[in-house]
Amino acid sequence: MAKAEHELTWKDIEIGAVVTEPGNAAIYKTGDWRSQKPDYDFKRCIKCGVCYIFCPEACIHQNKAGFFEADFYYCKGCGICAYECPTRVITMREETEK
Amino acid sequence: MQNLSIYASRLVDKAEPFAPGHRACIGCGEALAVRLAAKAFGPNTIVVNATGCMEIVASQLPYTSWELPWIHTLFENAAAVASGVEVGLKAQMRKGKIPQEDINVVAIAGDGGTFDIGLQALSGALERGHNFLYICFDNEAYMNTGKQRSSATPFGASTTTSPAGKAQSGQTSWKKNMPEIAVAHNIPYVATASHSYPFDLIEKVKKGLSVKGPAYIQVYSACPTGWRCDTDISVKLGRLAVETGAYPLYEVENGKYKMSLVPEKLKPLSEYTSLQRRFRHLKPDEITGIEARLVEEFNRLVEKAKCL
Amino acid sequence: MSKRVGVEVSIALGDAVKMVNPDVIAAYPITPQTHIVEHLAELVAQGELDAEYVPVESEHSAMSACLGSAAAGARTFTATAGQGLELMHEVLYVASGMRLPIVMAVVNRALSAPLSVWGDHSDAMAVRDTGWIQIFTENGQEVVDQTICAFKIAEHHDVLFPVMVHLDGFHLSHVIEPIEMPDEKKVCEYLPANTNPFTLHPSKPIAMGDFAPPVVFTEAKWAQEKAMLGVKKVINEIWDEFAVKFGRTYKPVECYKCEGVKNVLVTMGSYSETAMTAVDNLREKGEDIGLIRIRLWRPFPFEELRAVLKGVENVIVLDRSISPGASGTVASEIKSAMYTEKEKPTVKSYIGGLGGRDITVEGFEDLIKDGISDRNEYNGIEFQMVGVRE
Repeated sequence: MAKAEHELTWKDIEIGAVVTEPGNAAIYKTGDWRSQKPDYDFKRCIKCGVCYIFCPEACIHQNKAGFFEADFYYCKGCGICAYECPTRVITMREETEK
Repeated sequence: MQNLSIYASRLVDKAEPFAPGHRACIGCGEALAVRLAAKAFGPNTIVVNATGCMEIVASQLPYTSWELPWIHTLFENAAAVASGVEVGLKAQMRKGKIPQEDINVVAIAGDGGTFDIGLQALSGALERGHNFLYICFDNEAYMNTGKQRSSATPFGASTTTSPAGKAQSGQTSWKKNMPEIAVAHNIPYVATASHSYPFDLIEKVKKGLSVKGPAYIQVYSACPTGWRCDTDISVKLGRLAVETGAYPLYEVENGKYKMSLVPEKLKPLSEYTSLQRRFRHLKPDEITGIEARLVEEFNRLVEKAKCL
Repeated sequence: MSKRVGVEVSIALGDAVKMVNPDVIAAYPITPQTHIVEHLAELVAQGELDAEYVPVESEHSAMSACLGSAAAGARTFTATAGQGLELMHEVLYVASGMRLPIVMAVVNRALSAPLSVWGDHSDAMAVRDTGWIQIFTENGQEVVDQTICAFKIAEHHDVLFPVMVHLDGFHLSHVIEPIEMPDEKKVCEYLPANTNPFTLHPSKPIAMGDFAPPVVFTEAKWAQEKAMLGVKKVINEIWDEFAVKFGRTYKPVECYKCEGVKNVLVTMGSYSETAMTAVDNLREKGEDIGLIRIRLWRPFPFEELRAVLKGVENVIVLDRSISPGASGTVASEIKSAMYTEKEKPTVKSYIGGLGGRDITVEGFEDLIKDGISDRNEYNGIEFQMVGVRE
């Protein structure tokens, strides 16, 4: 994995400053931007995947039981999933300690 | 209606060519729109990105959110760079320097990079007939620099350079009809789409990629930061924009217009504008005036789709 | 040995481009560059050159299309002049920063206003800080040779910078000169395939053109400059190889009768040939004068210049552009090069040949005589304007 930007020396810069590791921004944590967090009541979940489709972060995945939930490493807590969920599985709650 | 198709979400390609870890604002509709469009690109795609929000949030050295080959150069030249990529590949394939294969070239830009500063380069590339898809992610102002008005900003919207004040009520000009400008180039495919209708969006992107020659798709992209609205209603706003007639969804295939969705009855515009503080200075009669014009334009579009 | 044939320099340039078998040419017409791109369009239309000719809608898009094409790994050429080069300006920095080996012929032209389609070096000087390699030519043969060399330089893996080949508008671009066209097979042997290590292709996805926050921008720029510092060595090697293969020698700084002289005239571009005649005439009359021609403008040949100016007391520099409120740009560069030397010559800055104004042999003789006279007053400004009506 690429060095963090503050560790890069000029010798680490590729020709033309190209980036050779596709998708390596995935190491960047955006979860700590969150002030609200989705809380799930999976009893109501019909596994429709609406939340997955509408997530701007591409961070919602199906768990082993087939329910869709957010990866909190990335989830910024926008609340779109909660708003769009047809069966009201998701409630946005204040983020507590991280 | 949309909810029914929503149940097919598990059929959507799970790959995320626009990977998580991007730095778009919370609730960014444009990031959602790019993510959905990227699902339709397929792995054999090169992305040419104009300067703008989507470039800044996804490409801070030494990182990239893109799983696809990607290039960003300047603000106004995405269509010209895409022209170069397309002919560069074509020439090398013809001369046997690289293997012969179908590689999609997609240029993406915001409304500022498309409607305003990039219009000339776009017009040139459309006119020359390059085989590429240009997608404008339209959040209706220069959001990357701090929500200044563009020619895509709707009438009446308050931005930092079309502010609402005592002497002026926000943007004083009407949104430029960019899809119509694209249509005037006689290109095979033009469409509008929205992140709130993901399957329609994905299908349109696939169609745009499949035609021979240039295609132009303009995608409604809600911007909670710039429009000053709650972060959880980006998708809802996209629906309301369609349901009120503020952002009609349609496609134009070889000059033939087709509405993607015609609401039985348009909802009042105020249902849409009341949720966004960029419109909150507008008095009811101003909203009514804007609504009258939008409805008139919507009806004209529906008529066009009927008779052509 | 092939024959020297009389041909318009622009056409010969186009034929040289054909010899390197480019993949993409993206260009917009502008006087006095048009004959080059018209000729290339003709070659493509006749099926004599297998390339994509992209008739773009502006110079900004010409260079932008070149970025895309070069990034896709294609051998890429364009040509422009004057205002066109200025419209490309911001794109030029991107080409060098992204290390894209584009070759561009710049037919030097004055900049408006007042409008002038005729030649001077204002356009070239305005882009000297864009990170491109800039090579100046004096005659048609050099234009052809340097066009071929430019591709080899640009695409060399220790270089990977875009290259401008400069030729003076009309005075060089539109004249018919006897030119020996190199043998196409030999050009093919001389110039290997373009194998840029980083190109846009789905087989190996990369991101090109990331933005750099303050914490890494300096490192990115230093990496670029480190590469630029190594360029001159490669250029010398490539020119030496050219000399072996084609029999014509090129150096970053070239001397004409300047061994042991106390006074030298410095020129760049096509006026050097007229200046040579003036130097010959004056030497016959017993004057102590030689000529130095700067061929490589960027990267600037500091060491080579210092070497040829050793022992010279008086440097007379003719600039064909003006840096308003300052002086001649070439003169400034020479002053800065010599500032570190123990024995510093005086450097006198002359500006002339603006907007296509001719400088005759007599004009050069007058200029040199003025330069070697004891007169050294500058009337409050840092240069003398040549041939201006008072």
